[in-house]
Amino acid sequence: MESPVLIEIKNLKTHFFLDEGTVQAVNGVDFTIHQHKTLCVVGESGCGKSVTARSILQIVDQPGRIVEGEILYHRPFRLSAAGNGEWTSGETGANGNSTTEIIDLAALDPRGREIRAIRGQDISMIFQEPMTSLSPIHTVGNQITEAIKLHTDMLDDEADEHAVELLRRVGIPRPEERLGTYPFELSGGMRQRVMIAMALSCNPALLIADEPTTAVDVTTQAQILELLEELQDEYGMAIMLITHDLGVVAEMADDVVVMYLGQVAERGDVDSIFHDPKHPYTQSLLKSIPRLGVSRNRQRLDSIRGMVPDPYNRPSGCMFGPRCDHFMPGRCDAISPPAIPLGPGREVHCLLYEDE
Amino acid sequence: MSAQSTNGSEYPTTGNGTAAAENVLLDVRNLQKWFPITAGFFRRTVGHVRAVDDISFHVLQGETLGLVGESGCGKTTAGRCILRAYDLTGGQVFFQDHDGKMVDLGPLTNNEMKPYRQQLRMIFQDPFNSLNPRMPVIDIVGDPLKINKVAAGKELEDRVASLLARVGLRPEYMRRYPHAFSGGERQRIGIARALALDPRLVVADEAVSALDVSVRAQILNLIKDLQEEFNLTYIFVSHDLSVIEYICDRVVVMYVGKIVEVAETEELFAQPFHPYTEALLSAVPNPDPRMRQQKDRIVLEGDVADPANPPSGCYFHPRCRYVQDQCSLETPELREIAPGHFAACHFAEELTLAGVTASGELG
Repeated sequence: MESPVLIEIKNLKTHFFLDEGTVQAVNGVDFTIHQHKTLCVVGESGCGKSVTARSILQIVDQPGRIVEGEILYHRPFRLSAAGNGEWTSGETGANGNSTTEIIDLAALDPRGREIRAIRGQDISMIFQEPMTSLSPIHTVGNQITEAIKLHTDMLDDEADEHAVELLRRVGIPRPEERLGTYPFELSGGMRQRVMIAMALSCNPALLIADEPTTAVDVTTQAQILELLEELQDEYGMAIMLITHDLGVVAEMADDVVVMYLGQVAERGDVDSIFHDPKHPYTQSLLKSIPRLGVSRNRQRLDSIRGMVPDPYNRPSGCMFGPRCDHFMPGRCDAISPPAIPLGPGREVHCLLYEDE
Repeated sequence: MSAQSTNGSEYPTTGNGTAAAENVLLDVRNLQKWFPITAGFFRRTVGHVRAVDDISFHVLQGETLGLVGESGCGKTTAGRCILRAYDLTGGQVFFQDHDGKMVDLGPLTNNEMKPYRQQLRMIFQDPFNSLNPRMPVIDIVGDPLKINKVAAGKELEDRVASLLARVGLRPEYMRRYPHAFSGGERQRIGIARALALDPRLVVADEAVSALDVSVRAQILNLIKDLQEEFNLTYIFVSHDLSVIEYICDRVVVMYVGKIVEVAETEELFAQPFHPYTEALLSAVPNPDPRMRQQKDRIVLEGDVADPANPPSGCYFHPRCRYVQDQCSLETPELREIAPGHFAACHFAEELTLAGVTASGELG
């Protein structure tokens, strides 16, 4: 059964206005995040996956700003009014609806009261490098309870207790002692756990994880991914996972969005993206990764020729055109490929599939 | 050409089971590198980080040897000790001279080391920090030629041009500065620089880790092609097991400064003998969503041990799921379990560990 929609992004455009010109970091992106599901956004550096995530929370760095589009947040019901209560699972709302209200996050003032109430409470985020995203001069306990006290009416003692509970839940040994430690005293994996504890402190409906395991080792990565899966079962939040690692996507995702140069190349459920990729970019990306147990028998990896174009010199028409093996002169460099639907939640931006 | 080293140890003519003599290019014996931990005003040494602690391995002519492990396991330090970027704390690094003699690089002075620096070159991880932003490409690639008086003037320019062409860059760009190039192109410049002096051994330290997926495949293919063309020997340092499997002939797995397993790539991935290797292989995410249910992922408890204060006995025992009493008491030796397959585990013969099985084609 389809679970209800949580976030609907429609034609999102986030541009950066620099002296050298305008960088169209996100240029017309559409996708949907469902409740309790994991959506992976995958792409190479500069494809706009992080900026898309930051646009949802309205934390795009200057001089970037959302110039067009909608980010519709279908806010689910909370079971308790306290603000950090459980979310209802689906259709048990009072009026038969699963959501209380629909908020367009893109239209909110980035510094306004409404978006600040949503950040950290409804939607929270963990970042790639936990050392630079945690404050080095505040204790771990301080940083976690700050979020709790901001969004709930818990007292100091209660907040501390809650923080200990969270740290224990994310697998930090002796959590009571850890409240007083500073981030530099923790290992990379532990810091990432603290970040996760902080992000979960108000029981968000959506957790955005921006390359959460890129800076950690492979065994730690396995721990963190496992933890995120467990926590999703337990807390029921949706996860938007941003990564460049197709292995992580295959392990975690329900749905996948493949991005290239600020646009969606293809989206769909994880199985069809990996076993029936339509877009030439997705196809060649899958062929270019060395894979355990397979790549040994093959002489060479298939690589994509050329490189990601310079953001100031975007190609005309299809962004992937200059590197594509199926390039059709006169069509691909003239027409920006529209979204061609292939099924529920499945679409591809490629002129090859226009007739279907 | 052969350096006169007074205190260099003689290379044992009969190997102790680790190497077949003739085609061994590099033989590392009991290599140690300890970094001092200092404290107080006078920077008194209060302890040592045992970054590399008594490791031995050899590299054959023309092969690619992988050094794999997690951060802090000493793989980079080992690579740098071989190039004598660090002074050794102990042990020997025997390198085969042009005339077939094994020379211990460890005790050589900087002057004595010079002729060998042409033969031992390095490719660095970060293509952004390893190129001088104030030097045009012709100087970056050409300086090794100039310094070693190999070429000058027009000849130097020609050689740089052909090197650039060989690594897939346009020779017309040789007057440009590094900022004008993308990550993948910079890594190509770094490779051209490493190849400028016709080296015999190249240490590639995480050479593709900073690159995007599509570019990574290009560079891996280039590294493989160059090996065939120039008869190169590589030591490929990486944390990425899928890259290691693709490019290496033999693999050395390290954990907290020690070698835990050495084997031919296919054997290591199919049948690991050390529990750490098994856990490492199982932790690699498989890019096939249909394999999700079938895989029994081993999730290790805790963190990598602190090399300044390692656990007793086997360094891996606090995280090992097959741990027994003996493991915390005795340090296991690296033993030959099967022909050419070494592991440092007391119970290597008794354990049945899972390797990697191939999954189906994608796409």
